[in-house]
Amino acid sequence: MPRAKSGDPMRQPVAGWLFVTPMIVILGLFLVVPIGMALWVSVSNWTGRGTPFGGSTQFVGLKNYTDLLTKQGLARQDFMTSLRNTFFYVLGVVPLQTVLALLLAVLVNQKWLKGRTFFRTAFYFPSVVSSVAISLVFLYLFAGSGAINAMLGWFGVHGPNWFADPRGLIHLAGNGLGVWDIDKPPAALADHKVLSLSLWEWIKGPSVAMTAIMFQVIWTTAGTFMLMFLAALQDLPTEVEEAAMVDGANARQRFWNVTVPHLRPTILLVVTLGIIGTWQVFDQMYVMSQGKPGKTTLTPAYLSYQAAFTNQKWGQGAAMAFLLFILIFLLTQAQRWLLRDKDEARTRKIERAQRRAARKAVSA
Amino acid sequence: MLLSHRRFAALTVATVGSLTLAACGGGGFDSSSSSTSGGAGSSSTTASDTASSSSAPTGVALKMLIASSGDAETNAVKAATDAWGKATGNTVEVTVASDMDQELAQGFAGGNPADVMYMDAGKFATFAKQGSLEDYGDGFTDNDKFFESLRKTFTYDGKQYCVPKDFSALALQINTTMWKDAGLTDSDIPTTWDQLVAVSKKLTEGKVAGLGIGIGIDRLGAFVVQNGGWWLNADNTGGAAADAKVTDALKFVQDNVKAGNFKMSNDLGAGWGGEAFGKQLSAMTIEGNWIAGAMKNDYPDVKYKSVELPAGPAGKGTLMFTQCWGLAADSKNKDAAKDLIKFLTTADQQMKFADAFGVMPSRTDAAETYKAKYPDDAAFVAGGAYGHGPINVPGLTDVVAELNSQLEKMATADIAGATKSFDDNAASAIGG
Repeated sequence: MPRAKSGDPMRQPVAGWLFVTPMIVILGLFLVVPIGMALWVSVSNWTGRGTPFGGSTQFVGLKNYTDLLTKQGLARQDFMTSLRNTFFYVLGVVPLQTVLALLLAVLVNQKWLKGRTFFRTAFYFPSVVSSVAISLVFLYLFAGSGAINAMLGWFGVHGPNWFADPRGLIHLAGNGLGVWDIDKPPAALADHKVLSLSLWEWIKGPSVAMTAIMFQVIWTTAGTFMLMFLAALQDLPTEVEEAAMVDGANARQRFWNVTVPHLRPTILLVVTLGIIGTWQVFDQMYVMSQGKPGKTTLTPAYLSYQAAFTNQKWGQGAAMAFLLFILIFLLTQAQRWLLRDKDEARTRKIERAQRRAARKAVSA
Repeated sequence: MLLSHRRFAALTVATVGSLTLAACGGGGFDSSSSSTSGGAGSSSTTASDTASSSSAPTGVALKMLIASSGDAETNAVKAATDAWGKATGNTVEVTVASDMDQELAQGFAGGNPADVMYMDAGKFATFAKQGSLEDYGDGFTDNDKFFESLRKTFTYDGKQYCVPKDFSALALQINTTMWKDAGLTDSDIPTTWDQLVAVSKKLTEGKVAGLGIGIGIDRLGAFVVQNGGWWLNADNTGGAAADAKVTDALKFVQDNVKAGNFKMSNDLGAGWGGEAFGKQLSAMTIEGNWIAGAMKNDYPDVKYKSVELPAGPAGKGTLMFTQCWGLAADSKNKDAAKDLIKFLTTADQQMKFADAFGVMPSRTDAAETYKAKYPDDAAFVAGGAYGHGPINVPGLTDVVAELNSQLEKMATADIAGATKSFDDNAASAIGG
């Protein structure tokens, strides 16, 4: 019987598996197994001593999840507060950082700009620096007697004591416009509770402290996303731009009708990454605020860490992490659907309809 | 041409995207290894030739996890453990935690904790309930020499789990320059709430508040104790914060904050009471003996002295903060560890720690020596006799955090609502 040659196509799957084995092992060991363990912890009553498998650890069903979602109590109140905070945080950070990144990219992509490399590096620089180091710098900048308040002082503005101010921006805005008195919220809002928080609390907006953190995050991440926009911009063929010019489009029209449509996939990517990153925000809270003041910088990721490591409520902490995962997954899907290419979707829909019609015609 | 350009762009974007997504995923579900964080380093000694006269085992390698306030403390602890190691023929590896909560939790969860560790009074009960701590306190040598209130602090479910390492207590700090400028003398030092209000009003001038108070129940609690109240009931089975003894004390502070003669540290733009006091934004503050180091290092020009807190309607009262020498239930060398703890808690050794980094001895006999040696700290030591330890019930950390957050803005805080919700939350946390 002839021996199989090394070039035998039958042996190639073996080689293939051999090549991917290290990656499978690494992914399994550091990703799949920990996620599986966390999932088990989230449905168990593990106290944090010894292994979560065996011993006195028992399966408790969805108790940790229902504590966070349906049971009236502090756990749900804290979790909802953290969702509220992060919602306003995402709402502020994602659009601003995307727009800022796009503007910066367009700016440093201009041929007439001298020292483009310098600006590119400068704008990208914050992304390379550790977020902990940046957080510490911002702590000083936004201190009660810090640089930001000194600068505001030049314009006669008495800056707040940023990181000690739990007042919400929407509350403040309403107070300023005379809609309500921030110290005496309207009863209609204050007396109705939805999911452990009063309506008044739900519409609070980001606190002053959270706003300071938002500035920091926008400043840091805009550079990262600028790089992605820049890569896409450099790929925009000059011919297209020139063709638009020949057609008599001015700079603004070229930007809106040529550049932005060309960047659609990049915008989708940047917004997706933005949403994922902002919902998971942790570093800034860990370093700068620990959820203070008045729990207005509490985020699900930080709360999950705190529940597990400080309060030793491991199941609850893990459950929070999975709820956050589900939330991010749903939001990303919704966002993809909203930003989908509408022309393409319409074409596909028409094609589907035609195919159905054709099938019907055949069967009939 | 155009098409291929587009396709390439899409491909580039997709590649960058998937790479970044993969990176995000990796970060999100980071698996933590059980390595102890480095930083301050660790030390170990070699076994010496002579074993001690005690029956302790030799040739044992112990691990110790501490949360150090700085080099002075780290070096003092290392020197002490080295001395014990030399005398008994064992080794001790001291690790300084950068995030104590996390590293303790990691050790207990991994089943391989440090043998001996600093254990905070507010947290020990959670770990005791979990079964992570050895309850060696009750039969410990010289156990009755330690302050009773401190021993009570480390008692959970009727058992004393560990022996207190040292303690601190709150006292009243007075800026002596401002005191004199306001025309006050030693005879004006307040001993009652009324006198406290009177002098604080005299000391309030312009931007300077008479009394600056750090936020949270770790300072406000002193007033509660002076009023005969406590956040929890006597047997720690439920909240008692809605009781008039507690709410009246809080209202007393709130009224004075509203009047402007008391001010909370956050309203003074300071991180804690000591910072406001050091920056001379307040003429008095309520802090523990740790303020001495901060004043010496950061505000050496501010002249001040510490006196006992004034007595409230129910008499003298202060808060005590303490840590104990925790012994891990999973330790394989409990006898050696206990011998080490015995060595570290002798009156002599406690005085050495006191000299090195300013903590107060947890033993009554050593406390007397301390008081004689450091007369300026007499007010703090005195607190040991009537002070109240922190809330030490497992699972209450987030309930306490919620109360603190409600009382953050003291001037406008809804005291009745905050204390009631504390009781409700405590009931469900303790009951279920």
